[in-house]
Amino acid sequence: MFVRGLKRKCFDGEEDIEGTLAGIKAIPSYNLQRQSLLDMSLVKLQLCHMLVEPNLCRSVLIANTVRQIQEEMTQDGTWQMINTQSTGQASLDRLVSTDILCRSSREQAEGKHVPGYSTFNKDFEGGQAQGSLETMSTASSVQAPRNLQSNVWEMENPQENKGNFQKSLDQIFETLENKSPNSVEDLFSEVDNSYYDLDTMLTGMMSNTKMGHCDGLETFSSPTTATSSSNCKSDLNELDHIVEILVES
Amino acid sequence: ADIISTVEFNYSGDLLATGDKGGRVVIFQREQENKSRPHSRGEYNVYSTFQSHEPEFDYLKSLEIEEKINKIRWLPQQNAAHFLLSTNDKTIKLWKISERDKRAEGYNLKDEDGRLRDPFRITALRVPILKPMDLMVEASPRRIFANAHTYHINSISVNSDHETYLSADDLRINLWHLEITDRSFNIVDIKPANMEELTEVITAAEFHPHHCNTFVYSSSKGTIRLCDMRSSALCDRHSKFFEEPEDPSSRSFFSEIISSISDVKFSHSGRYMMTRDYLSVKVWDLNMENRPVETYQVHEYLRSKLCSLYENDCIFDKFECCWNGSDSAIMTGSYNNFFRMFDRNTRRDITLEASRESSKPRAILKPRKVCTGGKRKKDEISVDSLDFNKKILHTAWHPVENIIAVAATNNLYIFQDKIN
Repeated sequence: MFVRGLKRKCFDGEEDIEGTLAGIKAIPSYNLQRQSLLDMSLVKLQLCHMLVEPNLCRSVLIANTVRQIQEEMTQDGTWQMINTQSTGQASLDRLVSTDILCRSSREQAEGKHVPGYSTFNKDFEGGQAQGSLETMSTASSVQAPRNLQSNVWEMENPQENKGNFQKSLDQIFETLENKSPNSVEDLFSEVDNSYYDLDTMLTGMMSNTKMGHCDGLETFSSPTTATSSSNCKSDLNELDHIVEILVES
Repeated sequence: ADIISTVEFNYSGDLLATGDKGGRVVIFQREQENKSRPHSRGEYNVYSTFQSHEPEFDYLKSLEIEEKINKIRWLPQQNAAHFLLSTNDKTIKLWKISERDKRAEGYNLKDEDGRLRDPFRITALRVPILKPMDLMVEASPRRIFANAHTYHINSISVNSDHETYLSADDLRINLWHLEITDRSFNIVDIKPANMEELTEVITAAEFHPHHCNTFVYSSSKGTIRLCDMRSSALCDRHSKFFEEPEDPSSRSFFSEIISSISDVKFSHSGRYMMTRDYLSVKVWDLNMENRPVETYQVHEYLRSKLCSLYENDCIFDKFECCWNGSDSAIMTGSYNNFFRMFDRNTRRDITLEASRESSKPRAILKPRKVCTGGKRKKDEISVDSLDFNKKILHTAWHPVENIIAVAATNNLYIFQDKIN
């Protein structure tokens, strides 16, 4: 992913940016960088589920980074607390990655441009959000940096920067989008309770960091995506059932 | 050739073992010095190759277990045969490597090709004779230590008593006896009751070279714990705790990740230990816990690139480090096929490159330099031109002489001091 000869600023020029830019301009820039780091970390955590048993050290380090960012965001007051749904705790055990996979490519393409969590909050309550909070925030806010990132990183080679960042994001989303809801079943035939172990740990960690309050699949009731979501829902309910059996045995 | 994942000299330095991603072990042997060519030092040639580990499938978790060899450790030589331990993520194996250069001929009960002779044909007794044959090096697995690790094994270390060894995974360390494969003792367990509270893992562990009751283990938070097995059966409480206080001025979101220790090695003397984190190598005096006695910057120019290195996952690369035989120098790898050596006495350091283009046989390596900013001088490489796919993670130093082995992805380079 690292392209030779490419100069990135990102956090790398953090101190410089805060020093040289005038007051107001500096702060949102840092917030955006922090936001993009958070998004990147979440994507990394979710991606590592899909391969062979993920590297525990790496997962722990990324999760700690996420927690650190969120602690800082909470202190800054930029973090909007979202009320936990009644099923919040149970739904935290849901497979985070399955929610991404469950969403149709149309939904993902529709990911809203969300500059900050405050706006996102409103969208969610407006019932426009689908799937879990975590994935929504990940998907939409990762798409946000595609536009915002260019502002931050436009020091040198802005086109290249955008292109490369976008390319790596595209790669990530390509693998996710290729899994249409109809192939969810095929996908889950390979998944078993080991998924749960990792996810319980990782989503648990994320819950400690006041991250997702997944409303889970119970609220998958919007008529616009009824077919895809109900497919997902039934598949996942089946999976739950199977997993229960496996875990108990 | 597959990607090399571990490199290790044996105690005499005559043998050099490498393990690769495909589960193979290749052992090189140093040739005896040739009297007709007194100026050519012994070269290393392939001595034995064998498949140590095969890919496995964990049916309970539906996950593959990689056959990649994570570590090789030699046992001290006690007879004509050589023994080494090799491990992948889950299973440790003890291998015996022995030479066979004689063959017995003239058996009474069987033919030369091994078939049983017809009893009626045996009319006379004869004594079998040993006849020389072409040297054959055989490797056979003598012990298999399995099913003791839930998480991925990152370290093995043979104890100075030559009877026991430890194996460490992300959360636990087990003590084994070399003769016993169906039992191991858990001596460290940092798994929290609730996995959601997990914030720290074990990254490396090693026995003290002389005190068979002492071992250390490093963590992902940049700390090292020294434990004494005499104090209790379960060494969850350390005897010594080594941690350098953080420099608040250089704190960033990546501080913890770059402080994670990827390797820990005792000095041969047993007085010091060395730790490798992402940007530096630190030498610790075992008698001083609050800070290292020496710190060497490996590639400080990467500090301003941490965000990119986080994005492409390079920040999680685990570099190893090693001491020379007299503990006067240390070596570790970097990117772009560069490796660094530091002289502890003169405080001089050098950067060298392990690549085909820059190392013809018998040619002297040219020191390399990375340009960190401003005008790039001739022969310097700018940080942005570094190839982060060419990483040197594994290096080894001959226990006595100035011979080093450097693994650059799937190539092994052996360098030695220039002959005067």
